[in-house]
Amino acid sequence: MGLQALIYLFVGLSFALYIGIAIWARAGSTKEFYIAGGGVHPVLNGMATGADWMSAASFISLAGIISMQGNDGGAYLMGWTGGYVLLALLLAPYLRKFGKFTVPDFVGDRYYSDLARVVAVICVIFISFTYVAGQMRGVGIVFSRFMQVDINTGVIIGMAIVFVYAVLGGMKGITYTQVAQYCVMIFAFTVPAIFLSLQVTDTFLPQLGFGSKVAFHFDDGVRMIDKGTYLIHALDQSIKDLGFKAYTDSISGTFNVFMLTAALMLGTAGLPHVIVRFFTTPTVKGARISAGWALLFIAIMYTSIPAVGAFARLNLIKNVQNVDYQAFSKGEAKHLDGTINNGAWFKTWEQSGLLAWNDRNGDGKIQYAAGAAFEGNGKPQFIDKLGAHGERLTANPKPAHTASAEQMRASGKVVNELYVDNDIIVLANPEIAGLPNWVIALIAAGGLAAALSTAAGLLLAIATAVSHDLMGKVFYRDAKTGLSKLSEKAEMRWARLSSVVAIVVAGYLGIYPPGFVAQVVAFAFGLAAASFFPAIIMGIFYKRMNKEGAIAGMLTGLIFTFGYIIYFVFMGGNKADYLFGIAPTGIGTIGMILHFIVAYVVAQITPPPPKEVQEMVEMIRIPRGAGSASAH
Amino acid sequence: MNQEVAQAYWKENIATIIKLLVVWFVVSFGCGILFRDALNSIEFAGYKLGFWFAQQGAMYIFVILIFVYAKMMEKIEEKYDVHE
Repeated sequence: MGLQALIYLFVGLSFALYIGIAIWARAGSTKEFYIAGGGVHPVLNGMATGADWMSAASFISLAGIISMQGNDGGAYLMGWTGGYVLLALLLAPYLRKFGKFTVPDFVGDRYYSDLARVVAVICVIFISFTYVAGQMRGVGIVFSRFMQVDINTGVIIGMAIVFVYAVLGGMKGITYTQVAQYCVMIFAFTVPAIFLSLQVTDTFLPQLGFGSKVAFHFDDGVRMIDKGTYLIHALDQSIKDLGFKAYTDSISGTFNVFMLTAALMLGTAGLPHVIVRFFTTPTVKGARISAGWALLFIAIMYTSIPAVGAFARLNLIKNVQNVDYQAFSKGEAKHLDGTINNGAWFKTWEQSGLLAWNDRNGDGKIQYAAGAAFEGNGKPQFIDKLGAHGERLTANPKPAHTASAEQMRASGKVVNELYVDNDIIVLANPEIAGLPNWVIALIAAGGLAAALSTAAGLLLAIATAVSHDLMGKVFYRDAKTGLSKLSEKAEMRWARLSSVVAIVVAGYLGIYPPGFVAQVVAFAFGLAAASFFPAIIMGIFYKRMNKEGAIAGMLTGLIFTFGYIIYFVFMGGNKADYLFGIAPTGIGTIGMILHFIVAYVVAQITPPPPKEVQEMVEMIRIPRGAGSASAH
Repeated sequence: MNQEVAQAYWKENIATIIKLLVVWFVVSFGCGILFRDALNSIEFAGYKLGFWFAQQGAMYIFVILIFVYAKMMEKIEEKYDVHE
C-alpha cells in the first residue's frame, strides 16, 4: 500500500475510534460534563491527563528543540514533568477534597469574593485560548504536510472532530477519548524511536540507546567519528567540530535555564486544564495516585524525546554532510559503509519550505555547520526557480565563498549551507532514517492525537469557566442563597453553547494565527505561574490569607508578568534591559515571588478571613469525608 | 475528630511534603542545573551525570517521588485515622 493510502487509513481509523467513544460516553448531567461524573479510575485518569498534557508542541516540536539546544532543552523536560510533583504534593489532594468543579470555584469560594472569581475566569480563558490556538495550528500543519490538504481545511476538519466529542461528551467524552489518544500517541512516538535507537546504537530502548555506543562510522566534515564512540561523545565532538557549542554545554547560561525551568514547573502546576483533572477522581487518595500515573505515562514519552533529539542530530550530520545534492536527491548517494543514502525526504521537505540549501561555495555538495546559511533574517525566501543542481532558489543575498570541502576539513572551519526547521526533527525523522511507510503514517496519526486531545481539554476548561463560573456563579446567582439559579439543563445548554463558541474562536485563531503563537506560550505559563499557583497554595497552606491579600497578589503577579512579556516580546524591548538578565520566558518565576510577597504583606494589615472560610480550609486539609464532588 | 489530632496530622503531612520537595529540588535544580558542570566530569555508561539528570534522571525520580508520597500519606492517614 502506498504512503498516502496508509496515512489516510491510520488517521481515518483513529478518528472513527474517537467518535465511537464519544457517542458511547455522552454526558447526561453537568457533573458528567464538567468532571466526568467524578468516578474515573486513577490509571485511566492518569492516561487521559497525559494525553491532555502532551500537546502538538510536545509531539512535534520538543525533540527538535532539544536536538538543536542540547543541554538547555533539559529545561523543558524537567519543567514540564517536575510541575506534576508540585501538583501531586501541594494541590491535587486538597482541591479534590474541596470537591467542586473548577479552579475559579476554588478561588471564588476560598477568597469569598466575586472579583477574585472573575479575575480567575479571565485568566482561565486567556491562558487556555493562547494554548488552543497553537493546537489548532498543529492540526492544520499535520494535515497539510501528510495529507496534502490545505492548512485551513485541516483546521476545519480538526474543529469538526473536536466539536463532536467535546460538545457531546464534555469531560466524560473527552476523558475516554483521551485514553485512546494516549495509546495512539505513545505508540506513534515509540515505534519510530525504537527503530532509530536500533539503527543508531543497536539498542532496543531509546532511553538506554541515549547512553550507548554509535553503531557506525561517520564523517562530520572535519574528522571521522569512529563506530563504538558513545553517542553523547560523538555528538559533543561532531557539533563542536562544526562550530556549535558542545551538546552537553549550556548555551543560555545556568541562571536562565534555572529561571525557565522554574517558570515551566510552576506554570504546569497552575494550568487550569491540568488542575481540573484531579477533580475527576473518586477519592483524595485517587487524586494523589492519579498524578503519579499521569507523570509515569508522560515520562514514558518524555524520556525518549531527548534520545530521539540526539539520534536525529547525529543522523542529520551523517546523512547530509558533504553529500552531493544531485545524487542524494535521486537516491544514488551512498553512506561510508556502501548502503544507499536516499535523500528523497530532502526534496519533500524542501518543497514544504522547512529545509533549504544554499550552495555558497558552488561545489554541489551540502555543508552543515553553525551559523546562518541565508542572509537577512536567517530564513529562506523561496522564489519560483530551481538552481543548477535542482535545488529551490531563494531571494536571499548569497554570501559566496570559495573554500572547498577539503579546504574546510583542513582548516576545521565548515561554512553552513543548510537551513533546518526544528519541526522536521520528528516529522521527517522516519524518512531521514529510511523507516518503512507505515511508521511514517503512524507519526501523522500520533501528531493529530496529540493536538486534538490537548485542544479538547482546553476548550472544555474555557466552556466550564463561562457556563459554570461566570453564568452560574456570577450572573445567575441567587443573592440570598448564593446558589446558581440556573437549572441543570440550562447550565448544560450554556456549557455546550460556550464550547461551540470556543471551538469557532479557536479555529479562527488556527486559520489566522496571530503571528506570534510560539511566543504566546510563554504567556500561558508565565501567567499561570504568577496567578493561580500562589493563590491556590496560600489558599490551602496559609489559613490567615484573606481576599484582600489574594486579590492584590493575583493582580500584582498578573500585571507584572503581562507587562514584562508585552514590553520585551511585542514592543521591541531591548535585551540589555532584562531584569537581572531574565528572558521573558522565565519571568513568571519572578511574578510568582512578587505575588507571594504582596499577598502576605497585604493580608497582615487587613482583617482575617471569616470563620466559615477558615473552617473550610481545615476541612480540605483532612481527607476523610471527601465524598463525591457536588455543585454547591 | 478533635483539634489536636487534626493538627498533629497536618504537621506530619507538612514534614513529609518538605522532605520530598527537598529531593525534588536537589535532583532537578541541583543536579540538573546548578551542579551540572561539576557532575558532568563524572561519567557512567556513556552518560555525563549532570546532563543525564537534566534530560532523564530527574524525570525518573519525579515519578518515584509521587508514588512514594502517595504511599507515605496512606500510612500517615491510617495512623491518625483520617483516611477516607
